[in-house]
Amino acid sequence: MRRMLSGNEAIARGAWEAGVVVAAAYPGTPSTEILEELSRFPRVYCEWSTNEKVAVDVAAGAAFAGRRALAAMKHVGVNVAADSLFYTSYTGAEAGLVVVSADDPAMHSSQNEQDNRRYAAFMRLPCLDPADSQECKDFTIAAYALSEQFDTPVILRTTTRINHSSTPVELAERVEIEQKHTRFPRDAAKYVMVPANARGRHPVIEDRLRRIAEWAETTPLNRIEWRDRAVGIITAGVAYQYAREVFPNASVLKLGLVHPLPERLIREFAAGVSRLVVLEELDPVIEEGVRLLGLAVEGKSIFPLIGELDPTVVRRVGAAAGLPVDRAPTAMVEMARPPLPARPPVLCPGCAHRGVFWLLKKKHVAISGDIGCYTLGFLPPLSALHFCGCMGASIGVAHGATKAGLSERVVAVLGDSTFFHTGLPALANVAYNRANVLTVILDNRTTAMTGHQGNPGSGRTLQGQAGGVLDFEAVCRGLGIEHLETVDAYDNDALERAFTALMATDQPAVLIARRPCALLPEVRRQYVPLEVFEDKCNGCGVCFRIGCPAILKSEELDPTSHKPLALIDPALCTGCEVCSQVCPHDAIPTRDQIRLLEDAGPTSCPAE
Amino acid sequence: MEQDGRCSFVLVGVGGQGTLLASNVVAEVGLAAGYDVKKSEVHGMSQRGGSVVSHVRWDRRQVFSPLVGHGEADVLLAFERMEALRFADFVRPGGTAVVNDMEIVPITVSAGNAVYPPAAEVERAFAAVGARLVVVPGERLATEAGTVKAANVVLLGAISTLLEIDEQVWWNCLAERVPKKFLELNHAAFAAGRAAVAG
Repeated sequence: MRRMLSGNEAIARGAWEAGVVVAAAYPGTPSTEILEELSRFPRVYCEWSTNEKVAVDVAAGAAFAGRRALAAMKHVGVNVAADSLFYTSYTGAEAGLVVVSADDPAMHSSQNEQDNRRYAAFMRLPCLDPADSQECKDFTIAAYALSEQFDTPVILRTTTRINHSSTPVELAERVEIEQKHTRFPRDAAKYVMVPANARGRHPVIEDRLRRIAEWAETTPLNRIEWRDRAVGIITAGVAYQYAREVFPNASVLKLGLVHPLPERLIREFAAGVSRLVVLEELDPVIEEGVRLLGLAVEGKSIFPLIGELDPTVVRRVGAAAGLPVDRAPTAMVEMARPPLPARPPVLCPGCAHRGVFWLLKKKHVAISGDIGCYTLGFLPPLSALHFCGCMGASIGVAHGATKAGLSERVVAVLGDSTFFHTGLPALANVAYNRANVLTVILDNRTTAMTGHQGNPGSGRTLQGQAGGVLDFEAVCRGLGIEHLETVDAYDNDALERAFTALMATDQPAVLIARRPCALLPEVRRQYVPLEVFEDKCNGCGVCFRIGCPAILKSEELDPTSHKPLALIDPALCTGCEVCSQVCPHDAIPTRDQIRLLEDAGPTSCPAE
Repeated sequence: MEQDGRCSFVLVGVGGQGTLLASNVVAEVGLAAGYDVKKSEVHGMSQRGGSVVSHVRWDRRQVFSPLVGHGEADVLLAFERMEALRFADFVRPGGTAVVNDMEIVPITVSAGNAVYPPAAEVERAFAAVGARLVVVPGERLATEAGTVKAANVVLLGAISTLLEIDEQVWWNCLAERVPKKFLELNHAAFAAGRAAVAG
């Protein structure tokens, strides 16, 4: 049976068909759907782990216990998990262990553009790089065979374009793998990585890599497609598709296994063509490998190193370099378009973070941010976030800046899921080393950015069961935070009172701003759109400055100031009342006032 | 619209408008009609009110790139007027742009920092490309059919007229993706979209 599957769905399908028993991940674009999809299959345990390192440990534990296991994450998640991946390289396992690294060229939803094929060489691990959904499935299955044949974890490296493209995939049934062990292995030389044992393992993994390189010479994962021999292109991943599209007559060496490289196969290909070119996205990983063989090769001298490739770019630079393109590049049509307004992502109407950023902006504090929807607080008109680096960095950076001696207070801001991901050790550090950092936990009861996954705060597991619910207040107190307040994130006054009280302490402090994400289904059912009383609004514009997409500028002008009045789009407004509270003229009624008006009849005017 | 056994679509809109459902249907129609098919879209931050774009390619032989190149789209389906303008240079000369008569004002405009382009700019842009422009009042036709939410189905009806594939193939792929109790309503919306172009 053939079905259109996204790369992520195909990886999940491959894992299921390969008999995977345990899978763990932390959500992150573009990898999130892998575990969401896999969790729908029977006979496989799937979980959202608290972070990527934990996910790799969980998968490693399952593989030590003799069951095929998967860990999936976005590229920067591998940074978090790197420590664990390095030990798994040394230990190997008792059953197949595959780690998916979903890279994000063009940074569609990421803070950097790192090329995780580099990790494969660093960790001495084989790395597969599929070029469509069928390969996503096939390579996942092949990765388990490879992992078990050579006693090595395998990196399955994808890119956003592969994860989020759909192509036809041939489906098959699951093959159950017999469990060889029912006890945890007792093999200290292999699994206890103290220096004496690790020294014994290092030669083993170097030898393993040599044996895999030999295997790479003949595996069908790598193949030569002989066509015209004037130009030969070595390529992998989605770049293979662009090579076939734009240079249809060129010979191609398609690498499915991008580490280790097949030396003899590359030499054979190079000898068979007049001009050797590497077409790869991001870093010159293959190109450098080919260069080390002493072969003359072009790559990044032609194709961009930065950003995502596409057929337009490949054709343009390929033609300029004299490569045999399918047709001349399309001349860019001069359309004389007016400058188009950007359509940036924004904090949604009813977002529980809006009131917090409104307050922090008003208080003129330095704001050390983190990764999540709330990162959008940096955008105008709020412009209330001054740093964002990576998951969990907000608290440590605030702490360090405070210790450096600033003329202002530094506030760390992070979400509930990020707090459990890597915020915990940083908060313990603040409590231990005593900085007067105020940490604001934006607890919207879900992992919102990636599409509402559960986390220890919500206690909802990936497989839809009731898990443990961790108590934020108890966790913070347990970490040594004595000054703690919890408030409703929609209550501007309560937020300000709590903020003022905590800032007065000059001690480590935590403010938990709690309110469920406005996009959660149970919240959606309770929307009550607000409206603006035109006779009270004088166009002062304060409500425009909270950056709510539901608040528009009316075509009506105030007769005195000639400024546009506010207008609320009833299709977008959720009735969070943050604007009602900031309006200095009581021109935006609360939900209760709206209900009273509705009860009084559709034509009623506000009582004066 | 098909040229040399292949057809490329670019679907653009704003998060929440139903572009992803539409691109799934276009992909499945291609598969049902015997083409090799690839579909590509970018999720992530776009669901927070940003631009959304999907590419779908059909080819009688084999599709390689999942992405459509600039000036290569046979059909641009725009759910929103400014997004039509933003992606106008994807359409090939002789291609067709089906543009929903709908404005969604971005925060940059509502905050007063930018101006929404006038409707005449859309006509100018596609005239410059050399593409046929079809404007469809998606929301109005959908409301007449029973619900404004079926605007994406109206638009699918509109582009279904551009290809020589039986109407029934489109409807079968669409019917699988809409709730059973709204079949009739969606069929009316689909028919209204077809009539909007044919008429």
